[in-house]
Amino acid sequence: MLRNAWVIPALPVLSFVLILFFGKRLPGKGHELGVAAVGLALLLSIVALVQWVDRPADYEVPPPGEHAAAEGAAHAGDDEHAGEEEHAGDDEHAGEEDEHAGEEDEHAGGAVAAGGDEGGHGAAAGAEEEHHAEPVRRPVERQVTWFSSGGVEIQAGTRMDGMAVVLVFTVCLISFLVHVFSTSYMHGDRRYTHYFAALSLFTAGMLIMVTASNTLQLLFGWEMMGLCSFMLIGHWWEEKANSDAALKAFLTTRTGDIGLLVGLSILFVSAGSTFDIAEINDAALSGAIGRTALVAAAAALLCAVIGKSAQFPLHTWLPDAMAGPTPVSALIHAATMVVAGVYLVARLYGVFWEAFDIGAGGVNPVAVVGGATVLIAAALAFVQSDIKKVLAYSTVSQLGYMVMALGVGAWTAGLFHLFTHAMFKGLLFLASGSVSHAVHSFDMKKDMGGLRRHMPVTYATFLIGSLALAGVFPLAGFWSKDEILLGASHGYELFLVVGLLGAFMTAAYMTRCVYLTFFGEFRGHGHPHESPRAITGPLVVLAGLSVVAGLLNAPGIGLFSEWTEGVTTVAAGVEHHDFSVGLAVLGSLMGLAGIGAGYAYYWRNLGPHRLTERSAAALSGYRLLENKYWLDRLYTDMIVGGIKGPVARAAYWVNQRIIDGVVNGVGIGARAVARFTYDVVDQKVVDGVVNGTGIGAEEGGSALSVLQTGRVQQYAAFLFGGVVLLGGALVLFA
Amino acid sequence: MYLNQFLFLAAFLFCVGVYGVLARKNGVLVLMSVELILNAVNVNLVAFGAFHDTVVGQVFALFVIAIAAAEVGVGLAIVLLIYRNKHSIDLTEVDLMKG
Amino acid sequence: MVAQNAIFAIIALAMGVAAVRVVTTKNIVHAALYLVVVLAGVAALYILLAAEFTAVVQVLVYIGAIVVLFLFGMMLTRAPLGLSADLDNDQRGLSLVVALFLFGVLAAVLHDAYGSTELPSDNPVPTSADVGNSIFQDYLVPFEVVSVLLLAALIGAVVIARRD
Repeated sequence: MLRNAWVIPALPVLSFVLILFFGKRLPGKGHELGVAAVGLALLLSIVALVQWVDRPADYEVPPPGEHAAAEGAAHAGDDEHAGEEEHAGDDEHAGEEDEHAGEEDEHAGGAVAAGGDEGGHGAAAGAEEEHHAEPVRRPVERQVTWFSSGGVEIQAGTRMDGMAVVLVFTVCLISFLVHVFSTSYMHGDRRYTHYFAALSLFTAGMLIMVTASNTLQLLFGWEMMGLCSFMLIGHWWEEKANSDAALKAFLTTRTGDIGLLVGLSILFVSAGSTFDIAEINDAALSGAIGRTALVAAAAALLCAVIGKSAQFPLHTWLPDAMAGPTPVSALIHAATMVVAGVYLVARLYGVFWEAFDIGAGGVNPVAVVGGATVLIAAALAFVQSDIKKVLAYSTVSQLGYMVMALGVGAWTAGLFHLFTHAMFKGLLFLASGSVSHAVHSFDMKKDMGGLRRHMPVTYATFLIGSLALAGVFPLAGFWSKDEILLGASHGYELFLVVGLLGAFMTAAYMTRCVYLTFFGEFRGHGHPHESPRAITGPLVVLAGLSVVAGLLNAPGIGLFSEWTEGVTTVAAGVEHHDFSVGLAVLGSLMGLAGIGAGYAYYWRNLGPHRLTERSAAALSGYRLLENKYWLDRLYTDMIVGGIKGPVARAAYWVNQRIIDGVVNGVGIGARAVARFTYDVVDQKVVDGVVNGTGIGAEEGGSALSVLQTGRVQQYAAFLFGGVVLLGGALVLFA
Repeated sequence: MYLNQFLFLAAFLFCVGVYGVLARKNGVLVLMSVELILNAVNVNLVAFGAFHDTVVGQVFALFVIAIAAAEVGVGLAIVLLIYRNKHSIDLTEVDLMKG
Repeated sequence: MVAQNAIFAIIALAMGVAAVRVVTTKNIVHAALYLVVVLAGVAALYILLAAEFTAVVQVLVYIGAIVVLFLFGMMLTRAPLGLSADLDNDQRGLSLVVALFLFGVLAAVLHDAYGSTELPSDNPVPTSADVGNSIFQDYLVPFEVVSVLLLAALIGAVVIARRD
């Protein structure tokens, strides 16, 4: 399956097309196709995962700069292995194998020649540097040339390494569960078929991005996801708020995408006209890319991450995106699309590592962005009354954790947190969907309360999800968050503090959320009851995973690290740190403290209740949070409004007066010249000359005709006169 | 005798004849002026013949006389015709070539 | 010598005056008569120049025939007999100027060329026989041509002037 990993994204693409064409005619209105396709993709992704795990970890990652040589030389040896593995699963023809072998041989041949030159140098360099490089599994790459332009060949293909395999599995799993959930949740919706089509397309886009072997394909998947996000947020576009939210999401991420394009372009040029991710990483780590270009590219890519992964200051779109259907929120805005930015950093980690000198400790932009986001978003989660908005801000905060993890050099931690977060955040969103399915509202303060009696399964799963999010031992969040703190503690102490504070706040606001939703008296209308199986089923699955998923990377087991650590992290020299019991205890304590604070405030009614009514400072702080730090005002009214208003008007004025003036002026000028040419030059001068010649001849003729009197004697007189003159002249001068 | 006196006289006659040709309105008078011119030429011829001790001058003069006679005959015929058509031989009226 | 010069002077004077009168008289018949004087003078000059045959022919043809022709012409065209003020056209001034300038040029040339050339006075006088010999030996062709010319002129005059 690893070699045929292209099938996995192809399935949702196929289902997208089929749903569009045939969905309405099917009895399930198309959801069969979507569920089947994603289900099959999930199975295949599990197969791929198993295959990956079975791969021997025998690849010694060479120091950066010799990537091409080593890969090429070892490819030939790997070929037999690949052949044995795949014979079991695929119906691949021997011919195709040979073709691939042929490709590899060429690659090897070319690379070995280069490697031969560098071999001696590399060996010497290897002896100098202390790389405690543990051997890893070699990624499986398979590409075809899509087209070539300007001497550059654009590839399309898959690069299956540990990170890709794990993420593919995650995406397929969450997508499958969301599909199942949606069949009940979205039942009777006005655009049921389109919804599933868009869901399939989204899944395809994410899978394309995750398996991408080159940055162009990554960009392709990125943009596809952006489109589907827009489509799905604005699923109920008849209400203007929803289409506004969709536009806001699209445009805000677009703002970041400028950075993506710029960054990818810089990398293309400076890494030697290549889009290949492995080559770019290698070039970055070996110093082949100039410092300025590297920092510029990394900064630009960071903008893209800020936009897509809703980091401060471009996080404003994510809470608004909750206007879309809840399964969409679960899939796209919790588990998968928003992590695209994190994925980008993780994939091109060589670039970021070198550009921001992450290994050195201290402060770097990535960590700052992540850390700021953690705290800022967590604060906002406290003042929300909409359950989905709480979860949205929580997502932003957790994304901040992931980005911060990558910023402090804890690569595996960030990725692992992404993995576990997908589980419990997806669970939390789906559970909130279950709640809203029952009470037909998302407002906690007005319509919920005391639901644990009415919806026990939902309550239980929501509680498990919240505890996992809060980082309570031994649930999933504990292990991943602890790893982040561990990474921060080595050289990034400031961010350790941030992380601990964030853990406290996370636990606190989730406790608040649980209390307002499930405890107390039911404040809403109607009779809420538990949701159907199609809804609660995925909840239970995800709850189970939230419990055990964390153990995957528990110290001592460390399977996740082993699976995902790849060529780039080893080549960069990302360090592993030993498990610190003290830190784990500290982190747990912060989480428990947060829960305790929430418990005290809500269950026991302790603490500064009604503080905002008594203290003006508290009230203004509350207002600040309520208005989301006035950022929306800043963006919409000031920046956009400023451009829409004066700037646009000025541009319009310039266009109408100056540009049109110039154009019109040219036209008028040309016309005037033409008129002048006609009136003066043609009519007067040219015609004058022409007519003048005629008139001159005529007048001359008229003048001369006076002489022709017809009288012979006069002619004779002139004759004789002429003779006299001639004669005189002759006499005088001859 | 000087040659020049004959030549001068001839020249004078010639010029008078030219004047007459240009200035006279009656056709017959114009023809008479032409006779003057011819005679002037004849005098010249004979004078030069005498000067060069040759008889050619006289011969030429004789021919001129003959031709002059013919010319007068034809000329007067024309004048008669003009008179017959216009009932006047005022040469200023003969301007059909005008314009 | 003196006699010749004196006679020449008289003849010249007469001719000059007569010629001027030809072109200026207001009486057309007088013009013809003045023309006779001029022609006669020319004949006299011929005699002076020892061209006797030519002189005789001059008198015979010119005075005898041509002037008669003129008179007949005047008669046939009802020339205004007696004084008539209507014999000069209106370019007399121009004609006078032209004639004078022509005379000036000619005079200048003649003076320049033959200023003091004398006519030899002791040449043999050519006889009519010499003239005849010259015509019928050296210039026979022109003679015949002239005769044809006369014929043509005769026929032409008849044709032009006949009534039809």
